[in-house]
Amino acid sequence: MNTEMLVQLFFSGLTYGSIYVVVAIGFNIIYNSTGIINFAQGELVMVGGMLAYTLNAFLPLWASIPIAVLSTALIGSFIEFTFIRSLNKVGLIPLNILMLGAVLLICSLLLPDKTEIPCLFPAVAGGTAVIALMALNLAWRFSPSFRERFMKKARPDVLQMIVVTIGLSIIIKEVALHIWGEQVKTLPFFTGNETSSISLLGAHFSPQILWVLGLTGLVVIALSLFFKYTLAGQSMRACADTTEGASLCGINPQIAINLSFALSAGIGALGGCIIAPLTQIQYSMGTELAIKGFTVAIFGGFGNSTGALLGGLILGILESFAIVIFPEAYKNIITIGILLLVLFIRPSGLLGAKKSRTAREF
Amino acid sequence: MSWKMYKPLFIFLVVIILVPVITSLTGSNFYLTQFTMTAYYVLTALGLCMLMGYAGQVSVGQAGFFCIGGYTAAFLTTMNLTSYASSPIVQFLSSAGLLVNGENIYNEKVLFLCPWASFFAAILLSVFIAYFLGIPILKLKGHYLVMATMSFGVVIDVIIRGTRMLGGADGLSNVPAFELVPGVRVGGEIQDRVLNYFIAWTIVTLGLLVLIHLIHSRVGRGLRSLHDNEEGSNAMGVDTARYKLNAFILSAVFSAVAGVFLTHFNGSIGPGEASVMKSVRYVSIVAVGGMSNIWGTLMIGAVLIFLSLRGVFGNYDDAVFGAILILVLLFAPDGLLKKQCGIMIRKLRNDRINKTDS
Repeated sequence: MNTEMLVQLFFSGLTYGSIYVVVAIGFNIIYNSTGIINFAQGELVMVGGMLAYTLNAFLPLWASIPIAVLSTALIGSFIEFTFIRSLNKVGLIPLNILMLGAVLLICSLLLPDKTEIPCLFPAVAGGTAVIALMALNLAWRFSPSFRERFMKKARPDVLQMIVVTIGLSIIIKEVALHIWGEQVKTLPFFTGNETSSISLLGAHFSPQILWVLGLTGLVVIALSLFFKYTLAGQSMRACADTTEGASLCGINPQIAINLSFALSAGIGALGGCIIAPLTQIQYSMGTELAIKGFTVAIFGGFGNSTGALLGGLILGILESFAIVIFPEAYKNIITIGILLLVLFIRPSGLLGAKKSRTAREF
Repeated sequence: MSWKMYKPLFIFLVVIILVPVITSLTGSNFYLTQFTMTAYYVLTALGLCMLMGYAGQVSVGQAGFFCIGGYTAAFLTTMNLTSYASSPIVQFLSSAGLLVNGENIYNEKVLFLCPWASFFAAILLSVFIAYFLGIPILKLKGHYLVMATMSFGVVIDVIIRGTRMLGGADGLSNVPAFELVPGVRVGGEIQDRVLNYFIAWTIVTLGLLVLIHLIHSRVGRGLRSLHDNEEGSNAMGVDTARYKLNAFILSAVFSAVAGVFLTHFNGSIGPGEASVMKSVRYVSIVAVGGMSNIWGTLMIGAVLIFLSLRGVFGNYDDAVFGAILILVLLFAPDGLLKKQCGIMIRKLRNDRINKTDS
């Protein structure tokens, strides 16, 4: 193997590694503030890229990416508000949203041939939804026993939260399949086009790689500054430490948790946008990204962003060099092998403290 | 033992016998094919129910064990040994009576391993893998366990898709029928349909018997204490590591048996069986059935899988499972049946108390 190829593989490893870092940071933010792992993180990356693709049809690239990131952040906050919060206590608004979703799903199951009569689906679904929502709200307003049904005494356990986020990831994937179809989508390169390249030590690579590395570095730095110096970041860290203590100091933990979901969704979406020109995006890419991101998060020590940065880059480089030895089809086995090894030998990760393994299990 | 323990089993058996009677009376015997396939998937879900509900260990890699069983059986029984007939291993196998002569669809002579031998090979392999995977993996808890088992499922998926010997994305087909005893075959022939239906549900019944006896035994109580509080049960003298490992192996065997029989019944197996979605589906069935409730898992699993196999959910197949999973966990975290049964029992009890008062 010559220098050229080494450099080439090194840079491709760094590029993939940075995406893993972005996903792992998304895991870390939510884990730090709530102690749960959001299995839908990979899907949010996909949604970010897909939204940017759709917006780019009628907006310039520099405008469509921030809008995609912001809307994915909104989706993240919506997920927390509707599903995660409901594990403790189901409020009226999440209940309405869930009812609406269930009605839409059932109607689309029962009316598969929507083309025969043009307005059948909107009419039936809309009518059913209005009736169901009215019944729900009236029952909520006038029947205390109905309301009490949604108050839960027991705290949700880890298993329930895991299963809910797994269910969410399936739903997001299916919705994306119905909106964007099965084809791979791509975004235009930020600078230059497919053929433009930069030469370094005899190796050629796309300028997009510099964008990926630069933006990932920027995200890591901005995040650490955000958590250290802004009031919102500090309150999120306080909630991560002790929720009760933080709420005694006048911090609303609900808002902090919601913010952390929005933040991690937004960062994931940014990752999806910057990687889209290089690797393309497809509705089913989420699971793989989630496993890789989780590996990186564990590898670097859960909740530790510096560790995630280090772990992600190491994993990316290892993976790209593994292609030289193993067939391409088995590439994922490297990651999973590393994941299992780390889990068995040092579950607290490279930079994680020993206690982090058990500290946040509830 | 007690009537209470076996009562659901008798109801189950009556339903199982009634179904083909009804379908043959209404002339809709074609439903039996899906009912048979449902039985094997339900068997996998039952194994997972024991692991998740009683031992308290989540496994999102159950489809992996299903495929280990199915692919081992398919691979060993489709491998044509005719060209190796002179090698000592093949001669030893044929002198042990483990080889079967037959003809393929092109009327060529084929020599393959007897399905019983491949069945035991599949079970042994799954026990072996479950044992060596279980020792390190079951030390993990919570998210870590989920992720580790899920990665095991992904590894199996990747290996199956990437290996040409296992058919890659096409899977293995032309798997011969499994002759349990002469005349009783697990296979796709139309005249064997009713027979196969009963074979499948007999296997499920056997599995249920194993589970009932396990749950109501000393081991079952140990497992339940493990589910509630691992440290506590360890302190009370339960060998938690061994119990967890045995539960894991047993659930793997359930999946592998299901995989072997379904492969012989369908005559083929594809990599779709190994996808993570399949594992998630088993988890969701157990969760909806009420975690530690084998009858709930049996009922919910039979209904949902049958509907899914009939294509009722159409393009939204996975979405329906995801939605059910979320809605049940938000509104009935103890599972659908458990809660309703509990409410009914409480009502009955209150009625009785009221009656005695008055």
